[in-house]
Order: sequence, then C-alpha cells, then structure tokens
Amino acid sequence: MNTLDIKAIREDFPILKREVNGKPLVYLDNGATTQKPKAVIDAILNYYTDMNSNVHRGVHYLSQISTDAFEVTRRKVQEFIHAKHDYEIIITKGTTDSINLVATCFGQEFISAGDEVIISAMEHHSNIVPWQMICEAKGASLKVIPMTEAGELDMDAYKSLLGPKTKIVSMNYVSNALGTINPVKEIIELAHDQNVPVLIDAAQAVQHIKIDVQELDVDFLVFSGHKMYGPTGVGVLYGKEEWLNKMPPYQGGGDMIKDVTFEKTTYNELPFKFEAGTPNIEAGIALNAAIDYINHLGLDNIKKYEDELLAYATERLKEVEGIKFIGTAKEKSSVISFVVEGTHPYDIGVLLDKLGIAVRTGHHCAQPVMEQFHIPGTVRASLAVYNTKEEIDALVAGVKRAVAMLV
Amino acid sequence: MTINEIQDELIEDFSFYQDWMEKYELIIQLGKELPLIDESNRQDQYIIKGCQSKVWLVPELKDDGKLYFTADSDAVITKGLVSLMVKVLSGHSPKEIADADLYFIDQIGLKEHLSPTRANGLLSMVKQMKLYSLALQAKVS
Repeated sequence: MNTLDIKAIREDFPILKREVNGKPLVYLDNGATTQKPKAVIDAILNYYTDMNSNVHRGVHYLSQISTDAFEVTRRKVQEFIHAKHDYEIIITKGTTDSINLVATCFGQEFISAGDEVIISAMEHHSNIVPWQMICEAKGASLKVIPMTEAGELDMDAYKSLLGPKTKIVSMNYVSNALGTINPVKEIIELAHDQNVPVLIDAAQAVQHIKIDVQELDVDFLVFSGHKMYGPTGVGVLYGKEEWLNKMPPYQGGGDMIKDVTFEKTTYNELPFKFEAGTPNIEAGIALNAAIDYINHLGLDNIKKYEDELLAYATERLKEVEGIKFIGTAKEKSSVISFVVEGTHPYDIGVLLDKLGIAVRTGHHCAQPVMEQFHIPGTVRASLAVYNTKEEIDALVAGVKRAVAMLV
Repeated sequence: MTINEIQDELIEDFSFYQDWMEKYELIIQLGKELPLIDESNRQDQYIIKGCQSKVWLVPELKDDGKLYFTADSDAVITKGLVSLMVKVLSGHSPKEIADADLYFIDQIGLKEHLSPTRANGLLSMVKQMKLYSLALQAKVS
C-alpha cells in the first residue's frame, strides 16, 4: 500500500463510530492510548474463546497453542525492531515496568555511590522516578540534560555531562508532552564513545517511526503495547544480550527459575529470567495482531500521513487568538501541546469533551517540563493514523468556541 | 434560605438550559462573578490540590455562629463549580453544613465533576468544607 485509505482504516476501529455527549467522537488523545483495531479485539476474544491456558508450563494441547501464540509475538517484536535474537525481547507490563526493571537490575549491578545517571529535561515521570529511586538507594546522582525554549535538547550540555562517572543514559525518543523527536542516534554514539550504555524510551515513537535497534546500536529500548494499537498491560523491554546476561533477575517466582531448593535457586535463561509469574497472556498474544496491523499499513506511510496531519493541525490552530504552542522543535511527531492566553487548560478540556472531542489536559506526567515553561499544564492533541483533517477542523472550531466562552 | 432551598433554586436555574454548552456558559459566568478571595489568603495552607486546577478555600466562623466560605480557583469552570458550592453551603451553621446532603450536583447533571477520578479538586473541596464544619461543631459542643 502506498497511500493510506483513511476511511477504510477508520472502519477497522469499532469505537470510532460511537458518539460522546451526543456528538461524533473525535479522539485526539492517542499519546495516552490509541484505540484498537478489530483484529486486536478479535485476538483477545479468540484467546479466551479458543485457547485459554497458562503458557510455558503444560504439556497439554491448549497450553502448547497458547505458548506458541505468545512466543510468536516475541518473534514478531524481534522482527519489528530488528533485534538480533528473540530472547533479547522481554515481555513486560508496559514501558513503566520495563524502565523499572532496568533501573533496578542494572542499578543493582552497575551503579554505586558517586556514580551518575543522565536523563533529559523532557522525560515522562516514568523515566525520572525509577532512576531517582535507584540513585537514592545507591548514593548516586541524577544529571539532567537541559532543553531550549523550543523544546530541543541542549546537545552541548549533554556532551559536558557525559563523563567517567556516567553509568547509563536514559531518555525518550519522542517527548510525550512536546512531541520533540530527539536525535537518539547521536545521543547513543556520544554515550558509546565513553562506554556508557543507553536506554531509549520509545513509548511515543514506536507507533510513528521505524526503529532498528541494531542500526541504532541502542542497549535498551522500551515501549508499551497500548500506545501502538495493541492491548493494555503488555510492553516490551529490548536489551542487548550481553547486558541482560550481566543483570541480576528482577522479580522472583515461577517461569524465571531453572531449579529451586530452599538452599539455592538457579535462574532460567533469557528471556524467562526476567519474566516471573504468569504474564498477561491475552495481551501478549494480541500485541502480535497490533504489530501486524502496523506492518500492513507500513510505518513509513503512517509517518508520512501523520506528519501531514500534524502540519495541518499546527497551521490551523494558529487561527486561535492567544494560542501559544509548547514544544516547537524542528523535528516533531504527532503531538501538539498548547495553551491559550487567559484560559486554563482544564477549562478548554472540559468544554471540548462536551463537544465530543477527547484531548489530554494537564502536565502529562511531565511536571518538570511544565515548570520550565511556567505553566500549570497544556492542552495536548495527539494524533494517530485514523485521525482526519475534518477532525482537526472540529478541534479548531471547538477550541475557538471554548476560548470565546472563557475569555 | 436553608441549604435545600438554595439547592432547589439552583436546580431550577439550570433546568432552563438543555444544552451542555449553555450550562457551562452559566457555570463560567458564575465563575467569573465569584468575588476574588483576598490575595493574602491565596496561601498554601488554604490550597486544595486537584490534579490540574488549584482551589483555595478559606473558612471563617463569624459571631453569628455561622460558617462562611470564600474560595477561588485558577480554572474558571472549576471556579464556577466552586461558587455553586459556596452559594449552597456558606452562611449556615456548622451542623447544617456537616449534615447537608448535596443532591443538586447530581440533579443539574454535574455529577461527573464530583467523581474521585476527576482532576478538579472539587470533591476534596466538599470534603474539606465538611471537615471544617465537623471540627467547629466539635469545638462548639
């Protein structure tokens, strides 16, 4: 497929037909979670209707087919991000879970008193707090790469932060609050020059931008299923084999062991070493359908269309008197964050909701970002492949109407 | 007027508006009309934190034995909702306030704003108003 048939794509998402507050739903909160195509919903239904059984355990038929389906997802993820081995794909609960795993296990092994961890000023709380916790436990310190008024990283500052004390760099590919696409390739190269590994939070990138972990040479890459048209409760941690092998296990329990006696337990191999307990099986299996769906549309096509939509939305929103965009980086992806003079983001969000338009308002779990811009929060419209120019028109009309009422 | 009489009056006021946006026009109007609280009272001790909008609530027990509230918010819709609460509860005895059944919010279709997941701090504000009343009641008796 070269150009996307958006009308046909919308037909794949049952929820897009519903009304909200008596108006057709205009769903522009895709940065929080995307809607699910029928193929994903069917995969969940099919799992419970046809194959429900615990994975990696039974010799019986159902357990084998559910295990097979679950493992198909692992290999699908491997292909999707072009990892070298399928056992480098750890299935987690989501991005937050993946980051906590790395912060805890990497931190336990490699971070000591006096060491430094580098993050950026535009991180989601989930890529701040786990590092703060491990730094506090180990007596290490957290260093933050500052950003400019446009919402771009200060790369010179990054270079000067990197040093012999740096143990790991952890930052996002795309900022959830600002939409900035960060120069991750350069960030990784600079860190590797000093033998420092890098974790990339791709929660807001993987559904928009083609990622090749080997080409990026990234050490850890994390993302969530539910922001990429897949189910909630499942996510991915990609880690280079050498790092994953050097790290101690995360949680103890079933699945992650080889032998257990009361004296000593030996741990299972990758990836199971990091997958204690029964996973979210239906979500794991349905993630496969979500990736198939993205592959079927083609990430390049998706990006091209979303970029066009983003440019259109940005241009049209400029018509709103008093609007100020927060995050005006040159390289942006699918997110428009703004405030309007004389209004509170919350008020605009409430009124848009009454018009059937779903946006996110508030600090987007990135309070330090809001602090830098001296605002309580923003209104954020975040796009997905099923959004249309007509929906952007509805948003612009809604914002104008809200502002007229509020100011 | 009793607390319930004020509630009934508000329910009637809102019944003229069928359309959601009209209801919100009225709430916004009320928000804009709510007298600003004294700048000196915009302090952290009076703040009720919602996730997104801030609410300040200042109680004052006057000589007539009645509890008066002034309040403010940084978001105008929240301020409008706050003003409704102040209208209904301010100027009554602590016992009346503590015992009040706030049915008007539900009846004018604004119940969603009182859900615990709502990020406007309104539910916390109602709780705080009741807590002040209970505390004062205990003190008086």
